[in-house]
Order: sequence, then structure tokens, then C-alpha cells
Amino acid sequence: MILALILLPTICAAAVFVLGGTRLRRVLLVGAAIGHAGMTALAWWRVPQPALAGWLSLDAPGLLFLTVTSALFLAAALYALGYLAFEPLGNVTDLEEGFLFKNAPEAVFISCMLIFLASMTLVTASRHFGLLWIGIEATTLASAPLIYFHRHHRSLEATWKYLLICSVGIALALLGNFFLGAAVAPSSGRASLLLDDLLKNPGALNPAWLKAAFVLMLIGYGTKMGLAPLHTWLPDAHSEAPSVVSALLSGALLNCAFLGILRIYQLCGAAGQGAMCQKALLTLGVVSVAVGAVFILGQSDFKRLLAYSSVENMGLLAIGLGVGGVGTIGALFHAVNHSLVKGMLFLLAGNILVVYRTKAIAPVRGLLRRLPWTGALWLAGFLAITGTPPFSPFFSKFLILKACFDSGHWLVGVLLLFLLAVIFIGMAKACLSMSQGIPEPDNVPAPVRGWLTVLPPAALAGIALWLGLGIPVQLVGLLDAAARALGGLR
Amino acid sequence: MKLEWLLVLLVLSNLRLLASGRLGAKIRTVAAQGILLGLVPLLGSSGHPGVHAIAIATAGIVIKGFFFPWLLLRAVRETRINREVQPYVGYLASVMIGLAGLAGAFLLSRQLTPLPGAATSLLVTAALFSLFTGLFLIVSRKRAINQVLGFLVLENGVFLFGAGAMGEMSLLVELGILLDILVAVFVMGITLFHINREFDHIETNRLADLKD
Repeated sequence: MILALILLPTICAAAVFVLGGTRLRRVLLVGAAIGHAGMTALAWWRVPQPALAGWLSLDAPGLLFLTVTSALFLAAALYALGYLAFEPLGNVTDLEEGFLFKNAPEAVFISCMLIFLASMTLVTASRHFGLLWIGIEATTLASAPLIYFHRHHRSLEATWKYLLICSVGIALALLGNFFLGAAVAPSSGRASLLLDDLLKNPGALNPAWLKAAFVLMLIGYGTKMGLAPLHTWLPDAHSEAPSVVSALLSGALLNCAFLGILRIYQLCGAAGQGAMCQKALLTLGVVSVAVGAVFILGQSDFKRLLAYSSVENMGLLAIGLGVGGVGTIGALFHAVNHSLVKGMLFLLAGNILVVYRTKAIAPVRGLLRRLPWTGALWLAGFLAITGTPPFSPFFSKFLILKACFDSGHWLVGVLLLFLLAVIFIGMAKACLSMSQGIPEPDNVPAPVRGWLTVLPPAALAGIALWLGLGIPVQLVGLLDAAARALGGLR
Repeated sequence: MKLEWLLVLLVLSNLRLLASGRLGAKIRTVAAQGILLGLVPLLGSSGHPGVHAIAIATAGIVIKGFFFPWLLLRAVRETRINREVQPYVGYLASVMIGLAGLAGAFLLSRQLTPLPGAATSLLVTAALFSLFTGLFLIVSRKRAINQVLGFLVLENGVFLFGAGAMGEMSLLVELGILLDILVAVFVMGITLFHINREFDHIETNRLADLKD
């Protein structure tokens, strides 16, 4: 079953690449997304058997992130149908600068999307640190061509930065894996990097090498996750990629990198090195929220605004993990909520970009009148991401803040409240001015993209609202089990 | 003993990379590094090298010693460039900084707990120095192709540590890692071609449209 989860998108990707026919390709994309989501839902009822001698198995954190990834991918795949139907075949006019460029072939785009899904599934299911690394590196490689879908100079610059910065980061994480191997070796002769083997006897790990391994993996995967000051690739890649790709990057890819950090954190916690890890996570987290706040406040580009909001939210996840206790649950729950809401916001940003032909905030006026559905959802998304009840991010942010004060991190808590207020003001200024007002008369008729570009974000908003109004018992159970596995609750 | 000679050669090749501005020579130096690195698993294991070590060594030498240089030399030919434009840091200064980095690597490797399986302490020094050289090349040079070379040197440092210190990990994982790096360099190579076509140059300091 786990193998099927990984193989289904891989096989579909190969088929998309080899077989011709636009319709067939799109059917395969949506078919794979539905099949993947179906199997993931099945995994909630019946825990799948471990595969490959225990190298692949789904524990609570893995299942949590797999579910989020799968749901978001389904929404993105449906949105992509509407998006691709609208994209012209030959030359495309750049929406901002007006020059002509070509898109990458659709076969490449769709098969990279599917390989991206397969590699993220591998990340969520792998129990071996080496395999985890392979999965995370594969996500980088599969998503780089997606960022360069619109073949012009800005997206090329973003792709190059993304490739280089993330590859260097990931190389350091690989060194971290080898350090982890060095931490194991003295007692057992031959190093096994299987998480379950390591957790059986965590006391035997050499603390010096283990600490060094944690630091390197935090830097490596933290680069991928977008923790400041290692986030520099993130705003460029998120703003230049097609919006459907930005949604996946922000909602799914960042989570996968976070899972990489969670795994080594789990091991360090078991080996009694948790305090050092928490301090490091807390520092990076506070810096990330602060950087997010500063750049959100003066932001003039709405896709970069969302990107910096992702940096801020990744910082919140690190803080939640760093303060521990109920903060661990808060961080995991917030990862889910952030994915839903940010995914939705990026999809909506794509709708806005097409109609207004700009990514700048200032010229966009009267969203509520011109695009009633998108405008209303945009407002709802703004309220949700800034942590306004009754949307679910309110509750996860509240849990993280509560944990800050419970654990005696008063300074962090107060600072966080201040920064969140600043971010609320910055986001409000941008989002309200975009949705209110009267749209300027435009002589070019707005392209109609149909319900497929509105329904997926609406569904994501619905889920965020549902989780906020009454969180299902099953999800509480899973969050609790995941936090216990990570040593957050005892 | 043989391993130590090999490590000395690796350190010298890093210094050569810092000193040279000619891309062809640099690519060949990185290729030589790849071949030297492929030999480490054969020399590192005590006694007769097993099937596992031979498989990894062969894959490493073929990919790092032949495939990458071929890809990069092709990129150089297609883009008709052969020298680095004025780098951010001059070559003499680069070598001096490199020597300081080497001293730092010696100091740092003495601080670390001795590696359990390592045959010689020079191994950690050489690995750290390769990491340093790779990172320095990435930040101090302008041509995109130099940054790919820097990335390869960085990877070589990581690999040296893995191959020498870890002994045997697992064939599947090691081959998977090699495959990932293979694809990474391949994707970088494709991006290089696109950068060249789009901008008529591959200087990364002109990739500066996106900022806040």
C-alpha cells in the first residue's frame, strides 16, 4: 500500500511523459491525484503494512503530513485543469512586462507535478535517514522545472537561486546524515540509520556527533523549510512560479522539510539532547517571524507578501517545537492549517494575477466587485492566516502562544504577540485595499477561467473553517499520537 | 599510507581550483578529484575491498570523473566562454584565504572526537577543507558554471567524509544519493543552457531583478 502510494504517481508521470494527447495527460494528473487521496484516506482506517523491511512505514507524523500533502495536491490538480485550459499554446504575453515567452511543454509540467507528489510521499513514509534525504533532495529536483514553467528571465533567476541554495543546504544535511552515522558507529560496529533501530538504544549515541548532526540537518532542511536567515530563495521562487506550483511549494514542500527536522529532533529528544535542539529551533523561529513581519509590513507585491507570510508561519512551527509541551501539538496543527490556508491564498493569487495582470498590490482595487468569489475568499483567507477566529489557524497559534507562557518563555511570548500584531496590520493594509474600492475600468475583457479555479480554494477554506468550528476526534487523536512520538507530551 | 597520499592530492587540487581562472582546467581538476574520491572506498576499508565498495567506487568514478566533466565541458563549448570574468575575490587572495581555511580545517578536525572507523585524521581535515573550498567558490565567483563546480567540490567533501569515515552504509542509500546528485547536476546543466540563451551570458551577478 505504501509502495502503491509512491508508485502510482511515478507510473502516471512516466505515462504522461511518454504518451501523447493533452486530454489523456490531464486525465492522468487528476486520476493520480484522486487515487492518491483515496489511498491516503484508506490509510486512516487501516494502518498500512511497513514495506521494504521497515524502511517505509507510516507513523503518526508521517500520516499527518501525507494527508495534508495529498489533499492539497488534489486541490492543486483540479485547479491546474482550469489553469492549463486557459494557458495559450504558442507565445504567451508576460502579464507584467508585456514581452513574449513560451511555456515549458505541458507534458514536462504534469509529469514533474506527479514526480513531486511521489517524492513528497517518499519523504512522509521513509523511516531511514538516508532515504529521507533522498526524498527531500528529489522534491527539489522535481520542483525546479515547475518554477521554470513560464520560460522567461525572472523565473529563470528564481529557479537558479532555488536550485543552488537548496542544493547547498541539502548537501550540508547529507553531511549531517554521515555525522549521525559517526554517532552510531562506536557501539554497534555497523551504522544503521533506521529510525526504529536508533530509537531502541538512543543512549548509546555519541552526544558530540549527534549534536553536530542535528545542527547540520537543521541548517540543511531549515534552508528548504524557509527558516530565516536561510529563506532567501523562498520569496523569489514563490512569486515567480505559476500560482498552482506556489501553493504546492508553500503548503506541501515546506512541510516535508519540517518533517525532516522533526525526525532528527525526535531522535535527539530520545537521546536526552532535546534542550539544545529546542534552543536552536526557538532562535531560528523568532528570527523567522521577525523577518516575516518586517518584509510583510513594507511589501508591494502580493505573491511575495504570501511568501513572507510562509516564512513567518514556518517560524511559528519552529517556535512551537522549541517551547515543547502543548506547543508541539500546536506546531503540528499549525502546519496543517497553514497548508490549507496558504495553499488557498496562492491559488486565489493566481486568479487575481490573471485578471489584473500585475503582482503589485497598489493597482489591484475592488476585488470584491470585479471577482466576487475570489474576492470574498481572499478576505476569508486573510482573516484565517492572520489567526482570526473561527478559522483553525487561530486555535493552533493560540496553542503555540499558550505553550510559550506555560513553559516560562515570557519574553518569546510577548515578542510573538507584538510581531503577530504587526503582521496583522501589514496583511490587513494590503488585503483590504485590494478587496475594497471600485475597480478601474479596463478595456481588455477579463478572461473567464471557470469554476475549476474557484472551487478548490473554496474547498480548502471550507476545511479550514470546519477544523476551526469543531476539530474531528480522529484528527485530535492523530495530533496527540504525533506529539507523543516526538516527545512533546509525556 | 596510500590513503594519505591521496588526501594530500585532494587538498592540492582544491588549492589549484582556488588559484585558476580557466574553466577547462578547473573542470578537469574537479574530474580528477572525482576519480581520487572514487578510490577512497577501495583504500579505506581494511583488507580486501568487497563487492559493495567496488560498486560504489565504479559508480562514483564514472559519474564524477567522466559524466560531469563531459556535461560541463560541453556547456563551456556551447556557451563559448573559457575564463571567469573578474571574480569578486582575486586569485591570489583566494589562495591565501584557502590556506587560512586549511589551517582552520586542521584546528577543527583536532577539536572533533576522533572518528571511529577513520584510518587517518587527515581524512576529516581534507573533507572539511573541501567543504570550505566549495562554499568559497560558490560565493566568490560570478559565472554560474563556477557555482556548479563549487557545488561539486562541496559534495566531494561530504562524500569524502562519508566514504572514509562511515565505512559501509547501505548500497541502496549510497546509490540513491549518487543518483540524486547526478540528476541535480543534470538539472543545473539544463538551467545553465537556458541562462545562456536568455541572457547571452552566464554571470550570476546580472541575475538580480528579484529583490525586495
